[in-house]
Amino acid sequence: MAAHNLKHALFCAIVTLIISYPILGFNLASEGIDVTLEGAKTSTVLGVLLAALIVFLFQLYRDNIMGSLRQLPAVNPLANRKPMEQSKRLKLESTLLTLMIIGALIWPFIASRGAVDLATLVLIYIMLALGLNVVVGLAGLLDLGYVAFYAVGAYSFALLSQYFGISFWFALPIGALLAALFGLVLGFPVLRLRGDYLAIVTLGFGEIIRILLNNMTSLTGGPNGIGGIPDPTLFGMEFGRRVKEEGNTSFHETFGIAYSGEHKVIFLYLIALVLAVITAIAIRRLMRMPVGRAWEALREDEIAAKSLGLSRTAVKLSAFTIGAFFAGFAGTVFASKQGFISPESFVFLESAIILAIVVLGGMGSQMGVILAAIAVTILPELAREFSEYRMAIFGAAMVLMMVWRPQGLMPMRRIHIELKRQE
Amino acid sequence: MLEVQNLSMRFGGLLAVDQVSLDVQEHEIVAIIGPNGAGKTTVFNCMSGFYKPTGGKILFEGKEIQGKPDYKISRLGLVRTFQHVRLFSRMTVVENLLVAQHRHLNTNLLSGILKTPNYREKEQKSLDRAAYWLDRVGLMDMANRDAGNLAYGQQRRLEIARCMVTEPKLLMLDEPAAGLNPAETKDLNQLIISLKEDYNVSVVLIEHDMSLVMDISDRINVINQGRPLASGTPDEIRRNDDVIKAYLGEA
Ligand SMILES: Nc1ncnc2c1ncn2[C@@H]1O[C@H](COP(=O)(O)OP(=O)(O)OP(=O)(O)O)[C@@H](O)[C@H]1O
Ligand SMILES: [Mg+2]
Repeated sequence: MAAHNLKHALFCAIVTLIISYPILGFNLASEGIDVTLEGAKTSTVLGVLLAALIVFLFQLYRDNIMGSLRQLPAVNPLANRKPMEQSKRLKLESTLLTLMIIGALIWPFIASRGAVDLATLVLIYIMLALGLNVVVGLAGLLDLGYVAFYAVGAYSFALLSQYFGISFWFALPIGALLAALFGLVLGFPVLRLRGDYLAIVTLGFGEIIRILLNNMTSLTGGPNGIGGIPDPTLFGMEFGRRVKEEGNTSFHETFGIAYSGEHKVIFLYLIALVLAVITAIAIRRLMRMPVGRAWEALREDEIAAKSLGLSRTAVKLSAFTIGAFFAGFAGTVFASKQGFISPESFVFLESAIILAIVVLGGMGSQMGVILAAIAVTILPELAREFSEYRMAIFGAAMVLMMVWRPQGLMPMRRIHIELKRQE
Repeated sequence: MLEVQNLSMRFGGLLAVDQVSLDVQEHEIVAIIGPNGAGKTTVFNCMSGFYKPTGGKILFEGKEIQGKPDYKISRLGLVRTFQHVRLFSRMTVVENLLVAQHRHLNTNLLSGILKTPNYREKEQKSLDRAAYWLDRVGLMDMANRDAGNLAYGQQRRLEIARCMVTEPKLLMLDEPAAGLNPAETKDLNQLIISLKEDYNVSVVLIEHDMSLVMDISDRINVINQGRPLASGTPDEIRRNDDVIKAYLGEA
């Protein structure tokens, strides 16, 4: 334990005291019309002192602690096992996927309404994360404004239905295409930038879109949002108690069953499920197509990729646009699920959460991203008592993950390609 | 087929390439040699579009290409390797070869997602071409390894194979023998000759290994401190006083 460690630890402890005592120790209390400053309670003072002591000890033994933390990946029993053979792994993966889909199909009929609603949200996040995975995981473009395209999808549907009475099924492709168009237009100027610069500019674009939505009051209703977004219909059958639109019939009357609010929730869930599966399959195909390989090649070595005739702009734009397309998909479903949207739903935190899902799951890996989406959406719901500490727990989990398994839950595995020897 | 006329490249105050001219005919292997820092790689970078030359012309099949974007030049059939190997190291060996063939597989997204028969046929063709070249450079057994995990010599050969699957007309090799052992250099020697003889590719090559250069080159250009020093057949170069002086002076 070197002397400079002691000095450093003392310094850190004092900084802790200086920062936390005024914040936690002084309270403003109102006495009648006056506001007075109250000193700290003894328990708070003790708490602050304890915190400073912990900081002191941690910094003092920092080298040892970090050293043993670094051993953690080795403690992980799964870290160094031999990779499974490809045929076996694919079989296992497809069985697992089939089971998951079967489970997902049964789910709405056994779970409560709230649980089905939550599952719909999980599916929306899966779509978002799979889309962002293309941009960040495969193409290596750090996009911090992804939520903008989600917003474009949601607002397209909301506005189209409000002004033109367009139904969910028409709005779905339109929303996705509009989001893709936004991706294309925004991508064009920003994709010249690299790394951190790209991250900052996309972050800015994300905020600009949200602020625009907030301020174009006459069109979007500003912070009040847009309500009354219609539910999807099933072949012209509505799920409400009463039929709202001329020419439609209602679901429960057609089938002669009693009205239940649950039908609508289940229906939406099933739509989200189908769309999520389509998203996963489409992106899986894309990854194995020339575009997908071009994304990765450009991420690996830009100069080599260009020397082989790949156009940097075209390849990056395609990733950006396709990612935006699926965000638009998810946005439309989200608008329909909520029935009401406002700029509140599209803050930077959403982008951060989607990005966290991609990183936690393992960049480029679909299975990992799906698992991470489930975990990140459901865990906060399960631990509602701790909801105040949600972000703190989230942050701690991220740090631990980075130490324990920096490559993500299930890092991407390359598929092996069988070749025939040529004569 | 390729003609470089009075090419100059200035970096600030440094004139790295000064009035260099050279030409490559069909079915020919042309070498560029010269001491370290002579400006050989810079000539390549201008030819492949990485730099926009500050002076001179580059004609490929009669058309001016200087200043064109790199990926467009590559699509014309002018493909290069790098002095320091540049592979897509976290992709597998086959994938490296498939990336290079993106233009042969130029179908729309939907036909790929839906796996139409037309798409499958083209995909199979690129796989076959990849397999052919892997076999040709002796990397068939490595097909599904990550390219970054190959031995150095193997990486060099993969880089050449990756150029060849694009079916280039003119191949530019920047020090292909650097870091190879004598046996590997001999194989390389044969490979380059076979590229010319069997696949009708012209080759421009930068190389320090004199025996390799003298063996396989049809003509040699010598550059010294950015300026052209001599050019001619290997025999002429071997006997050229200026070249001898430059190389002895350096040694
Ligand atoms: N991008 C650049 N900016 C500034 N100077 C450069 C740049 N590229 C090359 N140079 C300079 O140009 C000169 C020629 O370099 P070049 O790499 O072409 O030499 P070379 O003949 O390939 O040498 P070697 O045999 O060592 O590969 C060197 O002095 C180098 O420092
Ligand atoms: Mg060089």
